[in-house]
Amino acid sequence: MRIPCPICGARDRREFYYQGAASMLARPDPGAEPEVWDAYLHLRDNPAGETRELWYHASGCGAWLVVTRDTVTHDIAGAELASEGTR
Amino acid sequence: MVELAALSPCAGLLPIAHGDVTLSEVDLGQITLMRPWAGRQADLAAALKDAHGLAWPAPGRATGRAGQRAIWFGLDQVVLAGPSPDPALASFGALVDQSDGWAVVRLEGEGAIAVLSRLVPIDLRPSVFKRGHTARTQLQHMPVSLSKLGDRAFVIMGARSMAQTLVEDLKTAMAGVAARG
Repeated sequence: MRIPCPICGARDRREFYYQGAASMLARPDPGAEPEVWDAYLHLRDNPAGETRELWYHASGCGAWLVVTRDTVTHDIAGAELASEGTR
Repeated sequence: MVELAALSPCAGLLPIAHGDVTLSEVDLGQITLMRPWAGRQADLAAALKDAHGLAWPAPGRATGRAGQRAIWFGLDQVVLAGPSPDPALASFGALVDQSDGWAVVRLEGEGAIAVLSRLVPIDLRPSVFKRGHTARTQLQHMPVSLSKLGDRAFVIMGARSMAQTLVEDLKTAMAGVAARG
């Protein structure tokens, strides 16, 4: 599996660290209800198909990426810098 | 008073040679990691040009010459290798002296690409990874900076604490390539 890092180009999966769903970028307001924070921290979709997730280019440039991946085929549709992505 | 003798990171380990490939330790001089403050990269780049005559390298590139190089080192990070950084640079970013933090080795020879291909998961063919190119990648399991600084020469920077592993992994790959003749 290769991930197209916007900075380094296509790189082997072993250079990356997997964090989880990109929904972690949509951090609730600090004063939000406990249910909202509970959902943010613990509730995840588990799609069979396209998903957006966070990968860290740990052994490469050190960028956090939002990678669009198909969980059925492992096809990678694209990757963008988390710092520039839509939240 | 105890007299302490400074040892280089690979002291006692290098140089070695297998077949036509040699591995030797390199002294890059002072190693300074530079990272611009938010929005000040252009200013830091200009200051680097003024003070040291070095172009700020694009991602995946190294600029300069032996004894005075600017090596791209990751997202918004560049290493100044050689000179002591001009104080003017400190106005535009963080400068961190990492001279003692890196083990730096030079792998050279016709078979250097074959050796690295056993260890590094990136495309090192001469048509793709050219002189002046650099990458942050892995050597076996170790994060390294890998730069091509000659037609058959690579400079590899690994954490000083892992110098022995760096040399051991390269030595094993060199012996393997040499054994195939």
